[in-house]
This record gives sequence, C-alpha cells and structure tokens, in this order.
Amino acid sequence: MNGFWRDSGVALAALVLLLGAPLAFSSPAFEDFIIRLSALALFATSLNLLVGGSGMISFGHGLFYGFGAYAFALLMQRTTLSLASAVLLTLFLAALVALLVGAVCIRLKTIYFAFVTLAIQMLFYSVIISWVSLTGGDQGLQGGIPRRVIAGIDINQQGHLYQFCAVLLVAGLFAMRHITASPFGMTLRMIRDNEARAAFLGIPLWRPKLAIFVLAGVFAALGGILASLFVSGAYPEFADWPFSGQAIFAVMLGGIDSFLGPLAGSAILLALNDIFTRLTEYHGLVQGVVILLFALGLRRGVLDFLRVLPGRGEVASR
Amino acid sequence: MNLEVRHLTKRFGGVAAIDDVTLDFPSGSLSAVIGPNGAGKSTFFNLISGALLPDGGQILVDGEEITGRSQAAIVRRGLGRAFQVAQFFPTLTVRENLMAAVAAHRGQWGDLARRFPPPGARTRADEIAAMLGLTESVDRVAATLSHGDQKLLDIALALALEPKILLLDEPTAGMGPEERARMIDRVQHVWAEQKLTLVFIEHDMEIVFRIAERVAVLCYGRLLAAGTPAAIRADPAVIAAYLGTEAPKP
Ligand SMILES: Nc1ncnc2c1ncn2[C@@H]1O[C@H](COP(=O)(O)OP(=O)(O)OP(=O)(O)O)[C@@H](O)[C@H]1O
Ligand SMILES: [Mg+2]
Repeated sequence: MNGFWRDSGVALAALVLLLGAPLAFSSPAFEDFIIRLSALALFATSLNLLVGGSGMISFGHGLFYGFGAYAFALLMQRTTLSLASAVLLTLFLAALVALLVGAVCIRLKTIYFAFVTLAIQMLFYSVIISWVSLTGGDQGLQGGIPRRVIAGIDINQQGHLYQFCAVLLVAGLFAMRHITASPFGMTLRMIRDNEARAAFLGIPLWRPKLAIFVLAGVFAALGGILASLFVSGAYPEFADWPFSGQAIFAVMLGGIDSFLGPLAGSAILLALNDIFTRLTEYHGLVQGVVILLFALGLRRGVLDFLRVLPGRGEVASR
Repeated sequence: MNLEVRHLTKRFGGVAAIDDVTLDFPSGSLSAVIGPNGAGKSTFFNLISGALLPDGGQILVDGEEITGRSQAAIVRRGLGRAFQVAQFFPTLTVRENLMAAVAAHRGQWGDLARRFPPPGARTRADEIAAMLGLTESVDRVAATLSHGDQKLLDIALALALEPKILLLDEPTAGMGPEERARMIDRVQHVWAEQKLTLVFIEHDMEIVFRIAERVAVLCYGRLLAAGTPAAIRADPAVIAAYLGTEAPKP
C-alpha cells in the first residue's frame, strides 16, 4: 500500500499548492489556465486509460466529453438540481452511455474499434447539431449556467470556479492513478501486452475492457462538466473529432507510458496555443510543427523521455 | 486429473487438421505428441484449451465434458498451457508477469480496492520463478530475456494457475543443445513435483523416447499410433510414415 500513501501525499501537496496560489499571487490568467487545463487534462488522462493503459485506441472519446458538457449544462438549466446532484447525475448518465457504446465496440479489433468509436461520436455530434430546440444547434447551448450557491460556493465567480476545478482535477487524477495502480489496472496492461496470454490466464477479456471503457467515459464526462462551467454552456465542438484529436495530441506529447504524461501534454498544448494565438494567426500550423518535432525528435512523450529508467530500457512502461 | 478426447475433429476449409482423434491421458502421466510439421499438433492443443471450437467430438476432464467452454472456464477447470511461440507480457518484468498471473488465478484481476501486487503475490511469484530457474531474471523486463528464458516464463505463467493438466507446445523449440537439456530437466522436475498430467509436443525423438511414458503420433490430422515409447518405436506404420530412415537407434 506504499504507493497509495505516496500518491495521496503528492495529491495533497498539489492541492495545497493550487488552492494556496491565489493567496500568494492574484493572477486571473493563471486561474483561467488551470480551469481550462483541468478540463483537458481529465479528458486526456481518461483517454490514456484506454490508449496507454489498455491498448484500446479510441478515436471517439470526445463523445463522453461532449456528453458531459451538454448533459450537465442542460440539467442545470432545466432542473432545480443542486450543483453536486447535477454533477453526479451527469456522471451516472455518462456511465450508461459508455456501457451501451462499449457493449457495441469492445469486441472489435484495433482499427475497427477505433473507427466505430469515431462513427458513434460523429453520430452524437450530428444529433447535437440538428436537435436545435434542445441543444441550440451549431450556436451552442446558450443562456449560461444558473448560479446555485451551496455551502458558500458560487461557481459563477472565477475564484470559486478555480477552486472547484482544482479540487476535481486532483481528485479525478488521483482516482485514475489508483485505477491504473490496482490489480485491475495490471489486468488491463496484460490485455494491452498480450490478449491471448491474458485469456489463457483465465481472464474473461470483455469484462475488464468494458469496465475501463465505462470508467474512462465517466472521467471524460467530468472533464466536459468543467468545460461547461468554464464556457457557461456547451458547444458542439466539444463533441467534434478535432477535439478528440487534441486529447490524442496531449497524450502523445506528454507521454503515453507515464501516468502524468497526458497532464503534462495538456499543459504544453494549452500553453503553446495561448502563446501562438497571440503571436500569429497561423497558430494551428505552428502547433502542428511543434508536435511533429516532438514526435520525430523525442520519439516519445516528454515524460516518457525523461523517465527512461536503467534496466527497463526502450520498453519502459509505468 | 485425467484428460480424454473422443472422436475429436477440426476442419479448416475442406482440410481436416484433426481427424477423428481419440486419446486418453491418465492422471499424472507424462505424454508426448509427435508428428511431422503441419500434422495438427498445435491445433490439437488449441482445441483442448478452448482456443478453437471443434467441429465434432468431445473433450473430457475427469469424465466431465468441457467441449465448447470458454478459455477462462477451461483454465478454471485446471488446465494450463504454454505456446509454441512463447506468450507473455513483454513490457512487464518477469516478477510482474508472474504476480499478475497469480492475481488472475486468485480471481483478483478486477480488484480495485488495493494496489498491485495483492498480498502474497510476490512471494508466490518468486517461488514459481525459482521452480523454473528464473530467479536471477525476476527484475528483468520480459522482452529482454533470452529465447530460452522466454519459453520458461511462458511455462511459469501457466504454472501460476496451479494447473492439474499442463500442455506444452514444443518447449524446446529453437533452442541449442544445452538450453534444451536444461528445459527438459525443468519440465521433468515440475511434472514430478506438481504431480501433473503433462502433455508436450516435441520434434526431438531422442528427448521423446527418453522421458515420455506414452507417445501419440499424429500425421495429417489422424492418430497414427499411441502407446509406450518402445511400442511406438517398433510400430511399422510409424516407421513407414514418420520415423522413416532416421528411426532412432534402439
Ligand atoms: N487457424 C487456422 N486456420 C486455418 N488453417 C490452420 C489454422 N491453424 C492451423 N491450420 C492448418 O492446420 C494444419 C495443422 O497445423 P498445426 O499448426 O496444428 O500443425 P503442427 O503439427 O503444430 O505443425 P508444426 O510442427 O509446424 O508446429 C496446417 O496445415 C495449418 O496450416
Ligand atoms: Mg505446432
């Protein structure tokens, strides 16, 4: 259980730092960055539960991010549920959707899995675009998130939103870390490494695969909820494929074999975005070039690159 | 445990890879399956272990039919196997490979309530490694092991399931004479110590006739002969079809 206490310590320290930062220096730009980072990092890390952790390459993970954003914003707008209830109900609904989608996709082999997940995401996207009365169509869900102050937390105030996001980011990452470090997480690595062998060790492959698909969907939806709070609504772009691509970039950039790789990748990606959007209108191009340089130069994500341990060599994985 | 197959048949397209094979492997016996390339030996193991579904016939463990059950269910019934091309988890260390297999065997593969490894798994993993002479390699990443050690790891993974029946598909494939001797030594040792019903596929006749108690000969999917090594060596059909000119010296 050593690892558990070490991770708890790291999580606690990170939380203290994040919550203490506004006391030390007041920077709306920094808070803004952390809020956006929390949404993207939860999304990218949840994607890596599938890609790096289980060898299941999903191209359609953005479905759950978009679903989380829309379901949460709609619940807040159209019901009188408290913030916490709306969050929990959204996560529960996301789990149901993931269960359905997973039941369809889980048995498919690599490339078919990738494209069927993508197809289902595109289907969801077109529903958002065409169901204008519910979702606002391509204009996005307008009208804001109604304020509902509980226990002194007013989510429409940037300082409070920052704290809310910081707590959920750390809690979400801690929970995902625990999943990957558990015997269940090791089972997923066995499946990633060698499905046939795992099957002959008595593991009924579809059960762990479906379970991680649902869990990853729930954490992606959590990211979507934070994004919805940040933009006070929801936009169809959340559920569109280029956004799933962003998460894949973040994973590749940060490191597929390091637990914090997707977090690091998300931070790099957002920072690059912010810098180049200010400097040039060709920021998309610059971003692409930077990613190419990383991919061709390091041949792996930043954290994986920094963490090539002696003895584990090229196949290092943790 | 006793393993028995009756009228087992498997066709790929029109070709019968296993054709009406009936065989009995008594509890605690050490048997070899031999036959030329493409005879259907690996297919035979794939059928027994549930990797392939037979087109006909039955597979029984201690008289209980297991035909058509899932691989996981067959593993739980006490059957373990190693592969012609060693199968293991290449990015994990030898110890992690074995601890993961131990956890799987204990039904902890879905455990979310604790960290890996679960209590006791490490001790058990090191025991299994020692049994196969892998102790010095426990901390090495499996992908970096020598070919021989990878074959041993594959067998070690099967042993983590504490099987009663063990199928080894060419345990000495691709090995030099020295590694081969070490492997056979280990296999015999494990068989005696664990009181297993052990069936192995082997091309090296010298090894087969030295250690096997019973030998089954497959040829184009058909069972050509089965019996003691002495009986097989003397069988005219076997000599004609398989042992041919290079029949081993008596
Ligand atoms: N999954 C499969 N699909 C189609 N044909 C197959 C399949 N597996 C095996 N075969 C065919 O069945 C026959 C028997 O193959 P098998 O691998 O069982 O032989 P073997 O006795 O193990 O040979 P070797 O000594 O080379 O390992 C071969 O002709 C092979 O091509
Ligand atoms: Mg074979």
